[in-house]
Amino acid sequence: MNCHKGIRLGKSLMKFTLLINEGPYQHQASDTAYQFAKAALEKGHEIYRVFFYNDGVNNATRLAVPPQDDRNITENWAALAKEHELDMVVCIAAAQRRGMLDADEAGRQGKDADNIHPAFRISGLGQLVEGGIQSDRLLTFGD
Amino acid sequence: MSDGIKKFMFVNTKAPYGTVYALESLEVVLISAAFDQSVSLVFCDDGVFQIANNQKTDDSGMKNFSPAYKALGDYDINKLYVEKESLEERGLTLDNLMALTYEDEDDDWAEKPSIILVTRAELADLMDEQDVVISS
Amino acid sequence: MAMLHTVNKSPFERNSLNSCLTKSKEGSTILLIEDAVVGALKGTIVADKLTAAVANKNVCVLGSDLNTRGFTEADIIDGIKIVDYAGFVDLVAEHSNVQSWL
Repeated sequence: MNCHKGIRLGKSLMKFTLLINEGPYQHQASDTAYQFAKAALEKGHEIYRVFFYNDGVNNATRLAVPPQDDRNITENWAALAKEHELDMVVCIAAAQRRGMLDADEAGRQGKDADNIHPAFRISGLGQLVEGGIQSDRLLTFGD
Repeated sequence: MSDGIKKFMFVNTKAPYGTVYALESLEVVLISAAFDQSVSLVFCDDGVFQIANNQKTDDSGMKNFSPAYKALGDYDINKLYVEKESLEERGLTLDNLMALTYEDEDDDWAEKPSIILVTRAELADLMDEQDVVISS
Repeated sequence: MAMLHTVNKSPFERNSLNSCLTKSKEGSTILLIEDAVVGALKGTIVADKLTAAVANKNVCVLGSDLNTRGFTEADIIDGIKIVDYAGFVDLVAEHSNVQSWL
């Protein structure tokens, strides 16, 4: 379970799954989801899973180098995940289409590089459906 | 906690091919069939173009994924709601859509239409009843 | 419990706010986020629709996205409420389900 600071008495705590369908910077979707996740965690809610789909898989790149005066979206997610032990899942089918690979997958596919940040894990679409089943609310952030 | 059956509704509002949303939404729908939940689909706004008849992609080089909609019935996904007003606004009728069907196991496997024409107001009611709405 | 609808695109560019307004029930809540916050401004071509929606729906706008784009409470239609991210979280928790009009 996540930390429960900031619980409001009389408010019921919930489990949320967040679905992020757009990549970083091009759309605000990932930023909005991040701010929502932070606010939900501050209130004591649980983020059951953050699922990255469509171009949203690009949020998981460990190779992005944004300008120093801008936010680093991937690192922001990674830090939040570390603090709250978030389960951040990248859809394998969407990731493979877009050249997003972790080391295991790169080995399996015979590719010479991998680019998934270690704060994220690659798994199947079933994880999204399971998130919808296990959570009180599923919320989509997209274009 | 919530291990009962949930109502999942996938709302398709975008045209196919111009963006990948229709194809990748269909992939989620097919996976969801394995979880024994109550699954329905909505085609409204430009989403109605996803199930248009006679899609031919030979010359565009796009992958024609429209045949996959015909497989939904085999996965027990047979509630495909099409918004009447969206069809009319686009000059379409049911004849412009693929004949999507399923075999009803409770009725001696009779072949029945999966497409259910609904009004905008009926659609609002249906959305309201869902546990999980995933739209794209 | 009623439903929460979120809209994130400007009504001057996309049809999603209109779709949401025509497919949401009385008593539901509509939250404008990201570029959709400009739909809450006074004097626009969609202002009449929003004013009508306020009469029987709970219409909210994400304040930080409004401020980010250079607008404040003084610029928006009477009856539209401003919420912060904590308020966004409360809206999700208080409604039975959420539909994002993308």
